[in-house]
Amino acid sequence: MNLSDFVIVWQQYPAIWAGFVNTVTLLLLAGSASLVLGIVLTPMLMSKRPVIYRSIGFYCECMRCVPFLLLVYLIYFGLPSFGIQLSNWVTGFIALIIYNSAYMAIILRAAWQDIPQETVEAGKAFGLHGNRLLKRIIMPLILMRATPMIGNQMTQILKDSAFLGIIAVSELTAVMNAIQATHFIPFASFLSAVVLYWLICLVIEFFTLIFTRYAEVRRA
Amino acid sequence: MTTYDYWSIVQGSFATVGVSLTGVLLGVPLGLGLALLRWARIPVVRQVCYLYVSIVRSCPAVTLILLIYFGLPQFGLSLNPLAAALIALSMTAAAFSCEIWRASLIAFDQQQYDAALAFGMPAWLRVWRIVLPQAWQSSLPGLVNEMTMLIKSSPAIAVIGMVEITRAAQRVGARTYEPMPPLMFGLFLYMVIILILVRAQRRLERKAPGFGVRV
Repeated sequence: MNLSDFVIVWQQYPAIWAGFVNTVTLLLLAGSASLVLGIVLTPMLMSKRPVIYRSIGFYCECMRCVPFLLLVYLIYFGLPSFGIQLSNWVTGFIALIIYNSAYMAIILRAAWQDIPQETVEAGKAFGLHGNRLLKRIIMPLILMRATPMIGNQMTQILKDSAFLGIIAVSELTAVMNAIQATHFIPFASFLSAVVLYWLICLVIEFFTLIFTRYAEVRRA
Repeated sequence: MTTYDYWSIVQGSFATVGVSLTGVLLGVPLGLGLALLRWARIPVVRQVCYLYVSIVRSCPAVTLILLIYFGLPQFGLSLNPLAAALIALSMTAAAFSCEIWRASLIAFDQQQYDAALAFGMPAWLRVWRIVLPQAWQSSLPGLVNEMTMLIKSSPAIAVIGMVEITRAAQRVGARTYEPMPPLMFGLFLYMVIILILVRAQRRLERKAPGFGVRV
């Protein structure tokens, strides 16, 4: 191992850049999609009807117990047996969303159980109910409270996305693995991957911090 | 699927639990060490610990395992898959448990430490007799949660050829050309393992000091 290994790794920057962009795209798309789905699922988790909250609760509990790779395999091998053929990228993307929306819903539910009842009461007193109460009063409160946890989950999505290399999605780890296999420089290439992942996480942390500050100023 | 196929996946679960448990047992004391180093506010060491925790926490399990398994032999340190998996998992466990320990150290009541100081206890005794028993109790639920996280990231060790639940299930599927039944069985095993841990965590949380206290 010497420093020239790193030079060899970085001579492959078009491939690395493609993998990096792929990972970030997966992170952004799957992250925002699962956050939106989580926002849809949370009211169902808090629903008064047992059928709804039991079934959604069961789904969330299942996802909590499954390792991500197993879910990827289930979808990867399961969908074709129903006659649905998807590309590996789309399969991985769907797996990321299915897995992480459950976590988002759990995070938002925890924040819901924690919001001040007075504000919700006040909203009701102003005649808001149902969807409008949810949209205007409850959801903003929950989202502000849950910001740090949502940031954590984004990191988790980033880490999960590395598993997608196993089903041949060319994300960062898979690209680095290809580079190390061609040039026999495993340490330099994987260390570069680790550093790049770290940089993405620092960016996530930075934005989480900004949103948390924003939320703290406006917090009820 | 024959009985033997089921048995091979169950054997995989021993590997999953064994490796994760060993990872926790090695990683948690290391994490405590890191947390104490950060707590002690030694100038350079503190920043190094922070950097380690920050990098390892943001590193995907697969990437870390590949780095250790394929990277370390370049330094003349050849590892078998089991050793590489144990190193990777205990590194992760150390980083995550460091954060858990640190949180309970921050929450630790400073007055008790001062009282111990007034009794003339040397530093190691203060940590051993006063700080640790209480930090241990308040960290325990978090540490069990850490164990759950580790089990969920353990399929990453399949990449370097260790046979654990996911890989065992996949091998059966590759042989019988029916991937779904063994994967479903693997899913069932994971659920059993993790539900047991979640139960344990809830019980510990109820016992932990400060449970039900509203601020």
